[in-house]
Amino acid sequence: MTTISSRPLDSRVETPGRGGTRNPRRGRFRRHAWNYVFLIPMLLLFAGFTIWPMIASWWYSFFDWDGIGPPTEWIGAANFREILGSHAFWNAFGNSLLFSGAAIAIQMPLALFFALLLNNPRLRGRNLYRLLLFLPTVTTTAIVGIVFAIMLDPSGGFVNGLLQELKLVNQPINFLGSEHTALPTLIAIELWKDLGITLIYWLAALQTVPPDVRDAAAVDGAGRFQLLRHITLPILTPLAVVILLLTFQSSLNPFDLVQATTQGGPNFSTDVVSTYVYRYAFDPSVMAPQYGYACAAGVVFGVVTLLLTLVQAPLLRRRYLQTAR
Amino acid sequence: MNRGRRLQLVHIGLVPLMFIWIYPFIWIATAAFKSQREMLLGGLSVIPKHATLGNFSRAWSVADFGTYTVNTVIYAVGVVAVVLVISATAGYALGRGAMPGKRVVLALLIITMFVPHGYTIIPVFKLVNALGLNNSLAGAVLATAAPAHVVPILLFMGYFAGMPQELEDAARIDGAGYVRTFVQVMLPLAKPIIGTVALFNFVAAWNAFFIPLVFTLGQPSQRTLGVGMFAFFGQYTTDWTGLAAAACISLLPIIVVFLFLQRTFVEGMAGAIKI
Repeated sequence: MTTISSRPLDSRVETPGRGGTRNPRRGRFRRHAWNYVFLIPMLLLFAGFTIWPMIASWWYSFFDWDGIGPPTEWIGAANFREILGSHAFWNAFGNSLLFSGAAIAIQMPLALFFALLLNNPRLRGRNLYRLLLFLPTVTTTAIVGIVFAIMLDPSGGFVNGLLQELKLVNQPINFLGSEHTALPTLIAIELWKDLGITLIYWLAALQTVPPDVRDAAAVDGAGRFQLLRHITLPILTPLAVVILLLTFQSSLNPFDLVQATTQGGPNFSTDVVSTYVYRYAFDPSVMAPQYGYACAAGVVFGVVTLLLTLVQAPLLRRRYLQTAR
Repeated sequence: MNRGRRLQLVHIGLVPLMFIWIYPFIWIATAAFKSQREMLLGGLSVIPKHATLGNFSRAWSVADFGTYTVNTVIYAVGVVAVVLVISATAGYALGRGAMPGKRVVLALLIITMFVPHGYTIIPVFKLVNALGLNNSLAGAVLATAAPAHVVPILLFMGYFAGMPQELEDAARIDGAGYVRTFVQVMLPLAKPIIGTVALFNFVAAWNAFFIPLVFTLGQPSQRTLGVGMFAFFGQYTTDWTGLAAAACISLLPIIVVFLFLQRTFVEGMAGAIKI
């Protein structure tokens, strides 16, 4: 997604071998040979750790396999049938999408709001504000998740202590221990954690709004909100699609936070696909891991997220064509 | 005047919000120095009455956070080293060479960027196992650094492609071969890219949880800080001051790194949307 250099890569004319005595073709071959040698480490690991796992996930998902020895018991599509009919899987799936939905519906506009605020060069200390808003994103999710769990503890935790002191609640709220509040609480923590990234994206996008366009509109008598609505936002739209895609992709995997705090509980109310897969494959308390089944769950979720990403692709294309025009 | 006043109103909203926003870090920094007794009695006071270092020594030696810190440094440095070597060499070959097959490799790399592969951990786990590296930091490093890091490769590629041909020719005339031209001439010039890639991968590795967790399940002595915190919390759920000290130990290095290098960090992130 990042800078693919716009410089022409192939335009350089290959200079034939140095002294005239050498065979130019041989010299070029030697240079290419080194290029291939330099690609080997990357290609080897790419094949082993990116391509192979994608293929193997599919392959394994057709087996009933506990992970000991090679998979032997071919069961066809039975894993997929079981997953598609599993209430627990769709529950985890829905929760994963809720994390994404919140990232798109709340985190993106909220970050845009802060970005518009902090983009004002007359606002003093705006770099400090940006720094503080961004701070949570560089910290370890698992660790701040546990800190939140402690602060939100119903017996003696800081937040409940404060709420009771202020007489806002009579009974302490069991934020992470109750089926009704656990998921919204985790989503809120994830928003707090990730807002800074989206903020940086928006601030970078705002730099693409040419000041003279704004000035011209201001001279023409456009008010603050007219400027925002008719100048800033339309210019931001193509980049907004990119930010949407980035936010969507990064929001799909809240494993660290969920596993560190609730492990999917209470009563699976915060279960997401990654914790679901983890439980079937790796959880030490599970005696017989089900690798085939876990792979199938990963494949189903991978396919759906790929489709959801592809749905956004034409949007991306259209926006680019629009700006190109 | 009107404008200035309106901006001051923004501060009235922002200052308390920022206080709440970073309160978890304030809580960590102060709770780590409170005695367990003071924490138990509750109270909302931020400043510890009798500051103690007992929590830190408990976290460092009893809960093994000394070991975890060393492990995390090894893991993060390992990841950075592998990613740098692989993406710099691949980026150099793709950026400066015009060999057949280059476009195919590039296309494959870019396609995999859009294919979700966060759910392919089981084959990776089996592969690392087959290499005999399960339950070791080396296995975790490999599982983290080996899947293609497309963005660093593209960064190096773009940078090397933009270097003047005269530079390469001059090195060649001076008798430097392909490898020496790369190591002694090109690589030193790519310091900005090396810095960005190293910083991002270091921070990501320091904060990683999923892969270190999966690869150290059978070997507690290999845990990284995040995994260690998870285990500590599972075992001593109520030792809040100890957990706060552990969180302090884990987060302080990365926050310091960030504060010193925030410009590089923010600019690197912002680059992600400029296609």
